[in-house]
Amino acid sequence: MNANQDVLIQVKDLKKAFGENQVLNGITTDIKKGEVVVVIGPSGSGKSTFLRSLNLLEVPTGGTILFEGVNITDPKTDIDLHRQKMGMVFQHFNLFPHKTIRENITLAPIVLKKMTKEQANARADELLERVGLSDKADAYPEQLSGGQKQRIAIIRSLAMDPDVILFDEPTSALDPEMVGEVLELMKQLARDGMTMVVVTHEMGFAKEVGSRVVFIDEGLIKEEGTPKEFFENPKDERLKEFLSKIL
Amino acid sequence: MADFSAKFYANFIKDDRWLGLVSGLKVTLIVTVEALLIGVLIGFIVAIIRSYHDKTGRFKILNAVCKVYLTIIRGTPTMIQILIMYLVVFGSSSLDSIIIGGIAFGINSGAYVAEIIRSGIMSIPEGQTEAGRSLGLNYTQTMRLIIVPQAFKNVLPALVNEMIVLIKETAIIGYIGEQDLTKAAMIIQSRTFDAFMPLLAAAVIYLALVMLLTFFMNKLERRLRTNER
Repeated sequence: MNANQDVLIQVKDLKKAFGENQVLNGITTDIKKGEVVVVIGPSGSGKSTFLRSLNLLEVPTGGTILFEGVNITDPKTDIDLHRQKMGMVFQHFNLFPHKTIRENITLAPIVLKKMTKEQANARADELLERVGLSDKADAYPEQLSGGQKQRIAIIRSLAMDPDVILFDEPTSALDPEMVGEVLELMKQLARDGMTMVVVTHEMGFAKEVGSRVVFIDEGLIKEEGTPKEFFENPKDERLKEFLSKIL
Repeated sequence: MADFSAKFYANFIKDDRWLGLVSGLKVTLIVTVEALLIGVLIGFIVAIIRSYHDKTGRFKILNAVCKVYLTIIRGTPTMIQILIMYLVVFGSSSLDSIIIGGIAFGINSGAYVAEIIRSGIMSIPEGQTEAGRSLGLNYTQTMRLIIVPQAFKNVLPALVNEMIVLIKETAIIGYIGEQDLTKAAMIIQSRTFDAFMPLLAAAVIYLALVMLLTFFMNKLERRLRTNER
């Protein structure tokens, strides 16, 4: 245990292929408790696949992932149980359109018997108030703006009281003026000590709250470091080129 | 006009002939409901097996069985299926033909219902499944709480259509000796030698049934839709 005590997710030589197409070529990294890991990389680099492998939405074809000390890549592991502790926020929100906002938030905690209906509703109200959307509790997702939807998606995952939240390009599908409100909420979470893994193109976010920035290209981690050294003194050629294009 | 009332009297009132239509309607309704229940059950199971296979590649043999079922049922006339059921499968059984008919129509309808429900499940974006699974729900919970309710809403019009087809298709149950609405009309015709009146009556009753069904289904559909506005 000792040194590994604060490691939440331990990724070892993670590989993923879709048929002939090798997307991840052996990724090894540790994600520690309270860390905000920002993952960047060109499109097709495998960064989303890496993130989606962490909760086995993509089943890796090689390597191991230890989550809280449990090997979740072992087929015998009950992944559903561990996913309850790993929230996920998607690019396209994926709210449940046939459920009200409150039901979206309370569905999983109630079904998975983490809370009674009353407790879940109280928790939902508390979370809604936190993001200033209390008046939308009985609305349906269709009635919300993109930024509001994404904030609901974030508190939907928070309602499960996760130990880590995975963000898959959470602001990429938003109108520019709505990006800010979502990033603001994510910054709050980071300050509250939530462990986060964020795939994003928002370099400002990476610089401001990232504890570590990881550059993935061709299915490998090409460079990683604190935002300061990462942006001010990049070493990898491909990263330099990438940064020059987006900054 | 006098001619009309005389014909009306001869076809429906005399010897209480209208009672034949009533009991015919009863048979039609019983067979329809039987077939509907069996059809929805089979359809649902087949749809789940097929979509589970499409998604995970498991259940290979069951999926193959389902495909054979769909091919045969949709590829042969309902009429022949009913006759085979009655004369071959249950040929030596003493089971009432109203039950046999219900089973045959149910097996037939199930094939169409299966493809309707499967198309509904496929119409729901993959992100919905991922959202459910990422929250820790298992496959069954995700299907039951997230995918199927949305799919059902999307395919309701197609399901209603299938129900309408089913109601009318039961008219061929007369061929296995059951006196449904259509057969009842033909019996009156054989007594009065007037085809128009009894067939018109039967047609009007079918039409009323279908309109009633459509009315209630539209109501249900509207209620499900308003949920989203």
